Amino acid sequence: MDIANYLNGAAAQLENVHKTYQMGIQQVKALSGVSIAFEKGSFWAILGPSGSGKSTMLNLLGCLDRPSEGRYILNGHDVSTLDDDQLSEMRLNHLGFIFQSFNLIPQSTVEENIQLPLYYQGWDPEESTERARELASKVGLEDRLNHRPMELSGGQQQRVAVARALANDPAILLADEPTGNLDSHTGIEIMKLLQELNQQGKTVIMVTHEQDIAAFAQHRMYMKDGLIERIEGMN
Amino acid sequence: MYYNKHIREVKLGVKNLLLHKLRSFLTMLGVVFGVGSVIAMLAVGEGASKEALDRIRKLGSQNIIISSAKSIEEESQTNVRSMMSVYGLLYEDEIRLRVTFPMIKNTVPVKEVRKEGRLGERAMELRVVGTTPRWFDLIQRPLVAGRVLAQLDFETKSNVVVLTEHGVRKLLAGQNTIGQTLRLGGEYFEVVGIVQNAGNIGGDIQTPDQEIDAYIPINVARERYGDILTKNLSGTRSMEKVELHQIIAEVDSTEHVEATASGIESMLKLFHKKEDYKISVPLTLLRQAEATKRTFNIVLGSIAGISLLVGGIGIMNIMLASVTERTREIGIRRAIGAKKKQIITQFLIETVVLSTTGGLIGMGLGLLIPFLITLLAGMPTVVSAFSLALSLGISMAVGIIFGIYPAIRASNLDPIVALRHE
Ligand SMILES: Nc1ncnc2c1ncn2[C@@H]1O[C@H](COP(=O)(O)OP(=O)(O)OP(=O)(O)O)[C@@H](O)[C@H]1O
Ligand SMILES: [Mg+2]
Repeated sequence: MDIANYLNGAAAQLENVHKTYQMGIQQVKALSGVSIAFEKGSFWAILGPSGSGKSTMLNLLGCLDRPSEGRYILNGHDVSTLDDDQLSEMRLNHLGFIFQSFNLIPQSTVEENIQLPLYYQGWDPEESTERARELASKVGLEDRLNHRPMELSGGQQQRVAVARALANDPAILLADEPTGNLDSHTGIEIMKLLQELNQQGKTVIMVTHEQDIAAFAQHRMYMKDGLIERIEGMN
Repeated sequence: MYYNKHIREVKLGVKNLLLHKLRSFLTMLGVVFGVGSVIAMLAVGEGASKEALDRIRKLGSQNIIISSAKSIEEESQTNVRSMMSVYGLLYEDEIRLRVTFPMIKNTVPVKEVRKEGRLGERAMELRVVGTTPRWFDLIQRPLVAGRVLAQLDFETKSNVVVLTEHGVRKLLAGQNTIGQTLRLGGEYFEVVGIVQNAGNIGGDIQTPDQEIDAYIPINVARERYGDILTKNLSGTRSMEKVELHQIIAEVDSTEHVEATASGIESMLKLFHKKEDYKISVPLTLLRQAEATKRTFNIVLGSIAGISLLVGGIGIMNIMLASVTERTREIGIRRAIGAKKKQIITQFLIETVVLSTTGGLIGMGLGLLIPFLITLLAGMPTVVSAFSLALSLGISMAVGIIFGIYPAIRASNLDPIVALRHE
């Protein structure tokens, strides 16, 4: 099938993707043949029991890893054929990450954390500062620019992470249990932020355990034993 | 859109190092002391060898010095068999040297006599050297007052004398001595000039003008005093007949010095039955001194190398700990899109900044220590620009060599695993 066809509607497409981890002599099959297309501008929640392969799928979608088998087409590139530097470039230019444990650099300020992708994209410092400030006010943290992550609440830290994920204006936002370390009230606030971003056109793919969090997404994918069990929501 | 990337990378490195000021400082100390001791040791070594080399250079690297010496058999026979021992260089030898060797530009004969010198009330035994004006071309010493011997003195066989500072001191004479009359033995001489000596000289290297008190024209010395020297040694009178005590031969270039010296040796062997002369070549001494210096530098270099190695291992140790400590940060940077190369650069810049800063502080120390040594112990030291450049270069190299492994280790972390790291 022609790669151009994938581009029409799909932001990312997995095609019979397998992922096998080698644990000593034992092989662990984290994904055993997954095929799915994530449409541009869609909002997905991935659910399923622990160990079902949710994070594995998200890491593959995030170009942090390559499939053991099958193809992953992102932005017209077959990711399975890219080398390490090219994977880095895909992450840098097309993807944004939000993690459960925020993963901010502790010694850097809010502003510097948001600027991190821009640093690697080689932005002019002034333009980069300006963009970081814009993003900080977008997530409501314009008055916390010079704070360190430790001085912020969990919700605020996750907002910084969202702002950082948006800095490179990615096509897809990937979130692995973004509310997992937050209380339900703060979690819902973050979800509202993601929903808003999705309404502005970003494709959002999120792993979660919680039904009420998953309810924010248009599509809910249930996984089991490294396979997609079913998909709920409008399609 | 591309701003000066390297300035930013260095800034980031400095910022991370400043997060742990004490740790960074302690890590740096190894290089500080390594570099400091390299420079200081080289400065002391350079100072000592410069002194030795200067001393030898004063002898003239283009000169060959041939001296009269009593042969060993003569030494033991003198008192037993004859009252007079005859040995040493001959007036003819000087002429022969000049005629035989085209490479010899110049020869200077030296005839020594010991005479009582009397200047006004003061009388002292003086070591007087009869020589030609060419002496003063070869053994260049600054003139203190008056003039040196001139060709005219020689031609007219004038009774003129040039004192050295050594002689001046013995006679308690001042600068007003110029023009006064000095009695040497039974003869009267006009003092026409005063020259400096070579200065304090130690070791076994002797300059030809060491301990000379006065110079007179050689033909005057020969005519007035003859070739026979009478010595009163513990009651026994001994007599020696020596024509010339020394001949200094100046060769046209340093390349010919050693060949000429061996030529002179074979020539003298032909004309002297006994080995009653000694040839010394300042250039050979210079070469030996330089070889010694090289050995010395190699030893110092190895010691310094070891201390820098220790410093480098210290840096590597801390950087490895730092990589472990910052695993998560590395994971974050990689997830966001940093390439392996950029992670390597980041960590490498930190180690190079660390080691170079250590190197610069070490340079300060390396300048201070020799200064203090000279100030307090009076030892000569020479801090060469080369040693400074070398140390700085080495300290940067230490940063790169010992930083590369931790940096590569950091870059090879799997981002997924690194992100999960606690
Ligand atoms: N780096 C790895 N090495 C070996 N096995 C791994 C690795 N990463 C994941 N696995 C295994 O792959 C399977 C899927 O893991 P994954 O992290 O994708 O699960 P998950 O659905 O995200 O679970 P959870 O809800 O607990 O986060 C598990 O059996 C896990 O042990
Ligand atoms: Mg998971």
